[in-house]
Amino acid sequence: MIAEIPAGLILVAAGLLWPLLPQVLRAPLGLAAPLAVLAQLAWIGPGWRLEVEAFGTVLVLVRTDALSLAFGYVFAIAAFLNGVYSWHVRRGIEQPAALLYAGSAMAALFAGDLLTLFVFWELSAIASAAVIWAAGTPGAYRAGMRYLIVQLASGMLLAAGAALRYAETGSLAFDLIGLGSPGGLLILLAFGIKCAFPLLHNWLPDAYPEASATGTVVLSAFTTKIGIYALARGFPGTEALIYVGTAMAAFPIFYAVIENDLRRVLAYSLNNQLGFMVVGIGLGTDLGLNGAVAHAFADILFKGLLFMSMGAVLLRAGSIKATDLGGLYKSMPLTTMFCIVGAASISAFPLFSGFVTKSMIMTSAAQEGHTVVWLVLLFASAGVFHHAGIKIPFFAFFAHDAGIRCKEAPAHMLVAMGIAAALCIGIGVFPAALYALLPLPVDYAPYTASHVLAQLQLLVFSALAFSWLMRNGIYPPELRSVNLDADWLYRHVGTRLAAACATGLERLLAIWNACLGRAGRGAAEALDYLHGSRGALSRTWPARTMGIGVLGTLLALLLSYYLA
Amino acid sequence: MSWLDRPENVRRLYQGLGAVGIGLLVADLLVHRHAEVGFDGVFGYYGFYGFIACVVLVLAAKLLRRGVMRPEDYYDR
Repeated sequence: MIAEIPAGLILVAAGLLWPLLPQVLRAPLGLAAPLAVLAQLAWIGPGWRLEVEAFGTVLVLVRTDALSLAFGYVFAIAAFLNGVYSWHVRRGIEQPAALLYAGSAMAALFAGDLLTLFVFWELSAIASAAVIWAAGTPGAYRAGMRYLIVQLASGMLLAAGAALRYAETGSLAFDLIGLGSPGGLLILLAFGIKCAFPLLHNWLPDAYPEASATGTVVLSAFTTKIGIYALARGFPGTEALIYVGTAMAAFPIFYAVIENDLRRVLAYSLNNQLGFMVVGIGLGTDLGLNGAVAHAFADILFKGLLFMSMGAVLLRAGSIKATDLGGLYKSMPLTTMFCIVGAASISAFPLFSGFVTKSMIMTSAAQEGHTVVWLVLLFASAGVFHHAGIKIPFFAFFAHDAGIRCKEAPAHMLVAMGIAAALCIGIGVFPAALYALLPLPVDYAPYTASHVLAQLQLLVFSALAFSWLMRNGIYPPELRSVNLDADWLYRHVGTRLAAACATGLERLLAIWNACLGRAGRGAAEALDYLHGSRGALSRTWPARTMGIGVLGTLLALLLSYYLA
Repeated sequence: MSWLDRPENVRRLYQGLGAVGIGLLVADLLVHRHAEVGFDGVFGYYGFYGFIACVVLVLAAKLLRRGVMRPEDYYDR
């Protein structure tokens, strides 16, 4: 029976049920629903379609194939990990919104047509904005509003693109789209916003770090990966994506180095990892596409793990600014260890997940002759180790002791981090298990002596560079600051422009009023001259004057008869 | 006072990392590395690239700071 319900709707239903249940049952529901989805996906496997007739067309509510299933499994795992990690959250809108968000993201994943995709695309945008707002701070409210506007813009582009495509081809099917039509371009832009393409990316580092300790964890999993999935479905082998992805992999790491908010550092590194996936999709080779999917799978786990460790720090130490932290390994040894596992995974250390997934994309780029792209990706690999692999654990848990003495993270958070860490290592040690889930046959061996040695050299010498820069005082100190990014255009220039427009409008109105006043005064004076108390037309004439006037007129008439 | 609070231990870690680096360069002579793009087959390519990449990254980020860094309440004013 349960197999007949679309996987995403199970989570959506759980999210709607959550507030109605007594508090003791809420957290267990948050665990049971993702587990049910995981079991269902494993049970139905590829090749299931659920179609309904609506709006005069056939909508494909569910279409399972290897590509959507690979993302589906990891979405279910991420929703489950969120259930464990936020076990203590029994009130408020965050958890029901998180379930709705995970459910609508999963429903979008299995959507077989653009209309169904659009509906769940928008629902996930709204639910995720509610997750941000649940933090309850004024900063979260404003960031959530900016986030929602950008996400809804993505939905509008998707709807417009889908309509153009429908007019052109008469079909709403969501398969290979390509750039051959204006509709395709709009849809690519819609996906590009979710994937955080350069200049369309700012909602990500802007809004995610403003959510609560638990909220950021769930946010990091879904929105961007829906974008990656949709891109892999609609635009594999689109050459422009290779260069877009390369830029994405490179530029956020500079911001990550100078950013003080450690969750914002992770948001920038999330953006950088998405760049690798976009390159893989752009290459469009079997290895590149498989690498993009595998890396998305691994990224949800290791980035979730890193955000979980930083969430635990925020919860216990009360701050996530590098300037406030340091020496926390003494208070939170287990969190430190789990954070290091996440850091090793994102940095692609051998035996950790990033090593067996990111290298597929790099190797494919090299094989296709994209040497410059490969060099930039190698630079980005060293850079991600530098800022996510070293900077995050170093400034939070080591560096100078900030004197914070707090409790270790709560047990359920440690369990969630433990499961995520085990999965990161599991994928790194047994890559075949992940490779078996990938959409295309895998012919790739990550563990060659050559690859291990090359990667270890890259990482160890990057670490040496960090220590050398640190010990010689060249490394930029952490400073309380914000760094201007593309959002400056709408948060500063935009607001100034709007303010300038408002002032200009006010001036125009004032001039208009003045003109009206002058014209009005003239009209009033003229009226007063003619009709006022002394005006010619309102004067009272004596009857004698009128009699003389009439007599004169009659005399003139008589004379004119005689003379004529 | 924990083990890591002593400067001499931090220095030992630093030296240990250096020793591992040298060990990996020596391994480069012993293991035949399969080149991905051709020129990466030269001795110690990934080590040098990683070191230089990180130094360039940090220096560039310091420069970037001059252009983009603002006070924390910049957007609230």
